[in-house]
Amino acid sequence: MNKARRNLAHSIAAHTLLLSYTILALFPVFVILINSFKTRKAIFRHPLTPPNPDSFSLVGYETVLKQGDFFHYFQNSMIVTVVSLFFILLFGAMAAFALAEYRFRGNVWMGLYLALGIMIPIRIGTVAILQMMVASGLVNTLTALILVYTAQGLPLAVFILTEFMKQVSDDLKNAGRIDGLSEYAIFFRLALPLVRPAMATVAVFNMIPIWNDLWFPLILAPSEATKTLTLGSQVFIGQFVTNWNAVLAALSLAIIPVLALYVIFSRQLIRGITAGAVK
Amino acid sequence: MKMKYKLGGLLLAGTILGGALSATAEEATISIESWRSEDLAIWQDKIIPAFEASHPGIKVKFTPTSPTEYDASLNSRLAGGTAGDLITCRPFDQSLAVYEQGNLADLTNLEAMKNFPDVAKSAWSTDDGSVTFCVPMASVIHGFIYNKDAFKELGLSVPQTEEEFFAVLDKIKEDGTYIPMAMGTHDEWEANTMGYYNIGPNYWKGEEGRLALIKGTQKLTDKDWVDPFRSLAKWGAYLGDGFESQTYSDSQNLFTLGRAAIYPAGSWEISGFNTQADFAMGAFKPPVPVAGQDCYISDHTDIGMGMNAKTANPEAAKAFLNWMGSEEFASLYANALPGFFSLSKHSVKLDDPLAQEFVSWRETCKSTIRPTYQILSRGTPNLETEMGRVSANVIKGTVTPEDAAAELQKGLESWYKPQQN
Amino acid sequence: MLWAAWFAQGIHGGNMQTTVRKQRFKWHIVVFLAPAVLVYSAIMIFPMIDTLRLSLFTQEGSKEVYVGLKNFQTLFHDPNWSGQFWNALGNNVWFFIIHMLVQNPIGIMLAAILSVPTLRFAAAYRTVVIVPTILSFVIVGFAWKLILSPLWGIAPGILDAIGLKSWFHPWLGKEEYALTTLALISVWQFIGIPMMLIYAALLSIPQEILEAAECDGITGFSAFWKVKLPLILPSIGIISILTFVGNFNSFDLIYVAQGPVAGPNYSTDILGTFMYRTFFGYQLQLGDQNLGAAIASVMFAIILVGVCIYLFTVQRRLRRYQF
Repeated sequence: MNKARRNLAHSIAAHTLLLSYTILALFPVFVILINSFKTRKAIFRHPLTPPNPDSFSLVGYETVLKQGDFFHYFQNSMIVTVVSLFFILLFGAMAAFALAEYRFRGNVWMGLYLALGIMIPIRIGTVAILQMMVASGLVNTLTALILVYTAQGLPLAVFILTEFMKQVSDDLKNAGRIDGLSEYAIFFRLALPLVRPAMATVAVFNMIPIWNDLWFPLILAPSEATKTLTLGSQVFIGQFVTNWNAVLAALSLAIIPVLALYVIFSRQLIRGITAGAVK
Repeated sequence: MKMKYKLGGLLLAGTILGGALSATAEEATISIESWRSEDLAIWQDKIIPAFEASHPGIKVKFTPTSPTEYDASLNSRLAGGTAGDLITCRPFDQSLAVYEQGNLADLTNLEAMKNFPDVAKSAWSTDDGSVTFCVPMASVIHGFIYNKDAFKELGLSVPQTEEEFFAVLDKIKEDGTYIPMAMGTHDEWEANTMGYYNIGPNYWKGEEGRLALIKGTQKLTDKDWVDPFRSLAKWGAYLGDGFESQTYSDSQNLFTLGRAAIYPAGSWEISGFNTQADFAMGAFKPPVPVAGQDCYISDHTDIGMGMNAKTANPEAAKAFLNWMGSEEFASLYANALPGFFSLSKHSVKLDDPLAQEFVSWRETCKSTIRPTYQILSRGTPNLETEMGRVSANVIKGTVTPEDAAAELQKGLESWYKPQQN
Repeated sequence: MLWAAWFAQGIHGGNMQTTVRKQRFKWHIVVFLAPAVLVYSAIMIFPMIDTLRLSLFTQEGSKEVYVGLKNFQTLFHDPNWSGQFWNALGNNVWFFIIHMLVQNPIGIMLAAILSVPTLRFAAAYRTVVIVPTILSFVIVGFAWKLILSPLWGIAPGILDAIGLKSWFHPWLGKEEYALTTLALISVWQFIGIPMMLIYAALLSIPQEILEAAECDGITGFSAFWKVKLPLILPSIGIISILTFVGNFNSFDLIYVAQGPVAGPNYSTDILGTFMYRTFFGYQLQLGDQNLGAAIASVMFAIILVGVCIYLFTVQRRLRRYQF
């Protein structure tokens, strides 16, 4: 078998695998999307049929847009998610760099201390957090949410980034030091660009629970002005009657911005490493 | 680094925006905590405007939380001091616990309380009856809703006795056009709430059996309490294929899309079904085991309204609670939400025929509430939670009615003193 | 701030790369660590300690009473609680095993295929794999319940079309299948995470190493097994421990799909759902913060032991390569 033919065979096998996985990954999303454009009856009569003139209906989207200022909710979710991610990545990378780069007493313990947070769900600490926010007058502000999500995301960020920081070449850093770069310059200009793929992963990992969180917006910022999208869509899920049209529409709308965020992160950061700009 | 500043600015902007907007709340605004998300439109369009018209200077906001999060989030917000002024009360122990923690105000002497009978108030009073902490709002009644068109098509008439009930189910099954009954066991609470509590009162003779159980003179293993399980055990054969994974909303959809003939119901379904079903619906009360015997229905005190003990606007909140005892509110609420029946002494005229059918049973049958709600679910294992799990198992046939009852009795005895002899 | 003084003392000890430097206080280490440590201690550690403290108390009326380890005794010796606990722990272990056996190998495989430089549409595939991960639990729960439902006909219809109708069962409602089904849904949802991490690790492998291997005639599958896999072992270690931590903390999917009682018959109850049900209550069962905190403490201990085993044994043995 010659090389070209073998490559072709490999490539076909790879694409077959990836395509079947694509179908598996997208099928449920496809089901949600087509059904968000259908009447309630059509959703349950023929869940797999795409909307046709008979079953097409925008009633879900109309309800969503009528009930509350969804654009504003969108904006709140976006601010909270992006700002929290920014602080998680910045603070997390800084701490990870310190843990990976310097030997000091208590290094391992500090690492373990910072990892404790991934072992207990923060939700059980709700009352203490709420009391703290009440005391500092942060209830019903987006800052309260940003603080909580930053704290919640840090342990994982430090945990993952430390591992990747350790793989950054010592020679490179020492060369920087000989050139007279400060430790801060070494971090921002040498180390940070090299761990960009890992940061993208951390970003994606954290983005989802923040964007989809219902609990803390409900407790810390339920006011109309600070409502997030996820909290806003909850209004359609009732005790006995759930408005599936509206839920599906709201959730379909909510997928788009997270997907956009993801594409931005992955493209930007993965390109950073493959371009090999720093090496 | 440029990015950092941009984001920092955004953060600051967000803080100022959030802070500024939250400070604009008016002083005479009261907000209502509720788990009834689906009632949002009714409150916004009907109830609140009616109140505000007669009470200038008080603004009311209805801020529901999704029902699965309600209790947990309410308790957290009460502890943190950020809960609303008025609090929708679940019946019995849940609200009692909130009252005992000092979070619900004592409303015993509220003017409007005289408009409610003691039975209605018992769901929101301390065990000795000395303090009442929520204004009763509504009760819900169990029964069966059926597809009238399907019954006509198959030439069926409404069953009165258990025997007739199963005969009707047999006929529907034989014909095969319709699934005889829309119910699933995936959400376990559906099995006890729509099944056991629905048909049970006819066997344990309503209040008589319920109070005997609390006193310890009857046991869950007595014939009166096992027989409804025996009846329930036969239901599995008449449910849809794969009913084991059928959820509560699946059951609702199955019925309202016209695929099932009978729906074991609570009256709360009426308003939802009215908008969703495009066939005529009727209702029949739980069939009696023996023709001609007295009938009993589950007429359960389900929802009330209390006042946050730490509210900043107690006068405005009390004004609202007093208005809830008025005839205007009773009629407005009962007609806006057919199936939630007023608990006040005012006689309310219901426009909805299906709701009228349900409420008419109060005249011929004796009312009782769900047996596990008062006192009996205070320990571990929790009788209410166990009831759901065990009822589901009985319908699925994975446990016999006798074993199911024995299991429940054992759990109850393990912590409830009056049952220990 | 005691730790700061103790810690600052340590910083004088010197630094890994530049031991030649003078022994002066290394402010930059404090600057690097301070923001994370401060935010995290105030908003995570403090509330958690405050909550875990509750496990040593009980509520009598509106008063808190210290009871020592009584809550833990209840949890392990009262058959009402210990039965549920061991059931939840067993289910949790099975939940974890499925993730390790299905999610991680498939994630690694996908990452390996995607990292082949000549692969076309790699960016598109990469995005597709992550799509389930960004969905909210509400939507995942709804979509899969709709698909797997016996009533609305998607799964039965598809199985019928390929002649396997008899394979269909109401999976989510059967004790013997429900947990495995949910674990597979969870795998479906989260596979993007190991894929991304491994992908990032594979991309960090310098081209020179692969080219050198190619010169030795090592290409394709054997290049993956012999060259790449050993290099990404630390990352595989990380995803294993993250899967472990994530699984023993998870709760949302089961809560959304099966409700707080994790039916049928508690067959899908895992530690997270058990803890939430106890802590926040369900229906007429009032929340018991003290017992809930005791369960949370036990979960914490289990996870801590797992993480320590990883940190102090597995991770130390993994050889790390610097590029």
